[in-house]
Amino acid sequence: MSGGLAAALRGAMPPGRPVNLSRRGIFAAAGAGLFLGLAIPLRAPRAQGSQGAALRHAGKVAAYLRIMPDGTVQLQNPFVEGGQGIDSAIAQIVAEELDADPAAFSVTCAPPGEDYRVMQGGNGRFTGGSFSVRSSFAHFRTLGATARAMLVAAAAERLAVPAESLTTAAGRVIQPGGRELTYGELAAAAALLAPPANPPLRDPAAFRVIGQPIPRLGVRERSTGKVTYAIDVTVEGMLLAAVMHAPRAGAGPAAVTNEDALRALPGVHSVHRLPGAVAVVANSWWRARSAVTQAQVAWQALQGPVMEADFTAEAMLGRLKAAAGTQGNTAEEAGEVTPAFAAAARVIEAQYDAPYLAHAQMEPPSATARFNADGTLDVWVPNQAPDLFQASAARVAGIETDKVRLHSPPLGGFFGRHFAYGSGNAHPQAILLAKATGRPVKVIWSREEEFARDAYRPLTFATFRAGLDAAGQIVAFQAAGYGEGPITRHFGSGGLGNPPIDGSIMEGLTGKPYRFATKRIEFVPVPHPPGVNLGFWRSVGHSMNDFFFESFLDEVAGAVGQDPFALRLALVSHSERHQALLRGVAELAGGWRSGPFDAPDGTRRARGVAMASPFGTEVATIAEVSVSDGEVVVHDLWVAIDPGRAVNPRTIAEQVQSAAAIGLSSALSEEIRFEGGEVATRNYDTYRVLRRDRMPRVHVRVIESGAPMGGIGEPGTPGVPPAVANAIFALNGQRLRSMPFGRTRLSGA
Amino acid sequence: MIELTVNGTVRQVEVEADTPLLWVLREQLGLTGTKYGCGIAQCGACTVLVDGQATRSCSLPVEAAVGQPIVTIEAIEAHPVGAKVVEAWVAAQAPQCGYCQSGQVMAATALLATTPKPTPDEIREAMTNICRCGTYNAIAEAITLAGASL
Repeated sequence: MSGGLAAALRGAMPPGRPVNLSRRGIFAAAGAGLFLGLAIPLRAPRAQGSQGAALRHAGKVAAYLRIMPDGTVQLQNPFVEGGQGIDSAIAQIVAEELDADPAAFSVTCAPPGEDYRVMQGGNGRFTGGSFSVRSSFAHFRTLGATARAMLVAAAAERLAVPAESLTTAAGRVIQPGGRELTYGELAAAAALLAPPANPPLRDPAAFRVIGQPIPRLGVRERSTGKVTYAIDVTVEGMLLAAVMHAPRAGAGPAAVTNEDALRALPGVHSVHRLPGAVAVVANSWWRARSAVTQAQVAWQALQGPVMEADFTAEAMLGRLKAAAGTQGNTAEEAGEVTPAFAAAARVIEAQYDAPYLAHAQMEPPSATARFNADGTLDVWVPNQAPDLFQASAARVAGIETDKVRLHSPPLGGFFGRHFAYGSGNAHPQAILLAKATGRPVKVIWSREEEFARDAYRPLTFATFRAGLDAAGQIVAFQAAGYGEGPITRHFGSGGLGNPPIDGSIMEGLTGKPYRFATKRIEFVPVPHPPGVNLGFWRSVGHSMNDFFFESFLDEVAGAVGQDPFALRLALVSHSERHQALLRGVAELAGGWRSGPFDAPDGTRRARGVAMASPFGTEVATIAEVSVSDGEVVVHDLWVAIDPGRAVNPRTIAEQVQSAAAIGLSSALSEEIRFEGGEVATRNYDTYRVLRRDRMPRVHVRVIESGAPMGGIGEPGTPGVPPAVANAIFALNGQRLRSMPFGRTRLSGA
Repeated sequence: MIELTVNGTVRQVEVEADTPLLWVLREQLGLTGTKYGCGIAQCGACTVLVDGQATRSCSLPVEAAVGQPIVTIEAIEAHPVGAKVVEAWVAAQAPQCGYCQSGQVMAATALLATTPKPTPDEIREAMTNICRCGTYNAIAEAITLAGASL
């Protein structure tokens, strides 16, 4: 999820009136029917920068906070916790201004509703794009300060003293030289008071909670199996369902020819045909699963095209490569690139590509649906956008949106997996099956079904040209990104702006900090088949583009015999922030090292460097590698990250560890493959994610430059693949232009 | 009727003999702390102790567990080594999303029960569970920490 998504939302939604996108248009653009944008009322999207609009829910203390008599603070979080530490970060921000102990907080994901739309000028809500803290920092500071003022006012009333005479400390209101009242004692009285407007905020220089490396909440529960994820939800009287999707997307079941035999299997309740899948409902998931794998199904085309029988990832890459050189839509431009190339002494060109990726989060998708006697529907489903899932559930059920109670359990990992991806979501199946059986139903996707119906990071391709003068200076720089991103797929090409630019394909080719005398960055739209669902994958466009761009930059450095670290320093000579970042990462690594060297353990090693500017945060990464048995060994990663300001430096370091691991995973071994139009990589044995044996040491330095706050969850990812690729080149001269690197046998010891 | 000894209690379940232990624990016994991740013994999210051995319950037919003590994450704090592992997990702040961590804690408990001071190589060999959040370094730190307290 990306800054590009927010831009798409702004671009796609006409300001000043409710969203009125043509449903037909969305279906036409999205194939399988994806509703992501439909339910967002963006009344004032351009007011995002306006403090007043952004804070329009910050006085709604009762919607967010409940202080219990024992002092526990129950907090409703607009964002969903999935390992990124957002429950703790929001508690930490509120605790600072409320003047409470952050460890006293108990946080749950808020239900859908207006009060929790804290993003996009108080009109939007989703967990993604590394937006959560930066989009709600002011909101939650104000909310905490408002609640504190109400508690102080309640105490003043009780003590019959002026509020100005009272202070607070860690969950208590204090009368200097007099009494102390706990927030728990005051909460009921405070709740009756009107929230004050413009409560005073703490001077950031006096923060005692924000900026501290305090422990995250819920760590013990997460160490002892006590968290209830969606897959663990139990509802009285529920049945369990397993599904088998069509082998090739776009087909649906015409008939289950052995339905009677399936119904006779132990525990089986019923057999159902769903859009694009068959389902068996049983009294246990294992029995449902055992039965559905035995289903004999006659598949037929649904309304749209069925995945071509000869579709492969290689064929898709061929389509993108065939578009190389096509004039694209200009995303960024400086000066006149054409005459600069004509005058260049030398031109360097290269092409790069990256595969389809699965999210491969550890918790397989599931959804539980229960229709109630009063006409309401409860749905439990992993999701990153409760309002959108509520609306989607209502459409599937054919009831009013406000009849749906949408529950958002903690996520067993997400990385972009749980947006509204149409056929990529399990809740429509649960709702249809609950309707058909008259019982609550929980659908669980097997790991194989999940790999076959994920919304993949798109396979992508990029071309580069650099024009150099006789002195080896870059005088012209041209890059183009090819394909279709999740923004085009799920919001339609109409929302891409003018000229149309899909940020989820282009970010990372655009937004780089380097200055070139002339440059042009282009987007060349090439559609993926409708049967390949496209999704937001941790760091989105950056996940491939920073690999492409930073590797090509190293190619230029190599061509002119310049040190890649020195080249980058020179190219950011206009930016103190980026220079500090590069120097910071080098210092963290004990100094930059150019070229191969012998390590004390006898291995021959080298280092590579890369920069990335994802989601408002600046990152510099150094990797140190050797080669063993034809494969890269990554020994250390050093990451300097500048998010402007830190709420919790420990969580940031943990997120960088995590982001670096998934970045390295994508660089080494991940790729979704298709055979005969079907997904061939359907479990962790063939879709290889990073395991312990290849996890490097990761060293993190958090730099707070004071720049506007950037994101945290994703920015650690994109620098890793290019830093590793550049280190491999420095070691053995092999230039890797395609991910994953595991496809290429490396030379050297 | 199949009889199992789970967390020190004898339990009777009515299932097909080839049902994986994982689904008996989760569905018949309501012990949902043990997680389903892959179903093919790749990821380790379903790891439990069967007769003290770290075992991938998604691929163990329930009949094969009859007569052997089974320990799941729900009873880990009653296990002398497991209790130390949990404390170390909390101190090192190992979990992120937490979904794989039941299995990680069980695998670490089995490792430390036989090898209280594992070398980095021994940790690497014993801890083959997948963590998509990439908490491998924090887990290694927690294992070393737990070992130091044994």
